[in-house]
Amino acid sequence: MLRHTLRGDTLTVFLKGELDHNSAKEMREWMDGLIDGARARRLVIDLSGLEFMDSSGIGVIIGRYNKMQKRGGTVGVRKAGPRINRIFNLSGVYELVEKL
Amino acid sequence: MKANEMRLRFSALPENEAFARLCVSAFVMPLNPTVEENEDVKTAVSEAVTNAIIHGYDGREGEVTLLASYSESGVLCLTIEDKGCGIEDIARAMEPMFTTRPELERSGMGFAVMENFMDALEVISAPGKGTTVCMRKQFACLPQKSELPA
Repeated sequence: MLRHTLRGDTLTVFLKGELDHNSAKEMREWMDGLIDGARARRLVIDLSGLEFMDSSGIGVIIGRYNKMQKRGGTVGVRKAGPRINRIFNLSGVYELVEKL
Repeated sequence: MKANEMRLRFSALPENEAFARLCVSAFVMPLNPTVEENEDVKTAVSEAVTNAIIHGYDGREGEVTLLASYSESGVLCLTIEDKGCGIEDIARAMEPMFTTRPELERSGMGFAVMENFMDALEVISAPGKGTTVCMRKQFACLPQKSELPA
């Protein structure tokens, strides 16, 4: 069960398990539903519970960044492990989303 | 440590991405991999198998073959092969951020990750002829705890 919190206009989602092409659609739809429902201006993606991520995760983060940007909102990513940081650094994700 | 090899053949289904990377992770256990080495290999396998499923077969039925072998000196060789549509321009496909499937939110970073996480990467492909991805990685082969002097 994926968890989220909403404080003010900040929506925080806690990803867990494995984020690959197979699970990306479900995570993407879950986050989009929350973003639309909460009308949040700030999305924080907490990755502390993520055990595995491949480049599918880049698409998920950038897709949410694009969605938030269209609403005038921002995205931050926190608690990425060293491997996930390596993938984000390789792809330039941190040029778009804030590393918290 | 003796040289070893295995061959895995599975349907081109997204649920087999995790299956493939976990099989390779189990296969390399005799090399006593570090956490980093193990995760590097799992990530590279996941990228190659995902490419075969999404780009090679594009949701159609098909089969992916994964060959893995390691030498006595701890060099792991992986070959991931599909009989899908193949790649027209390999150099372009390997460019970071190039993707033919932006609607799936693909980042186009798969080959860049494989290159970065493994020591060597080779892609053999032609339109209509499928794609074969070969990767190599030298493991440090640290001694097992049981092999260390007391």
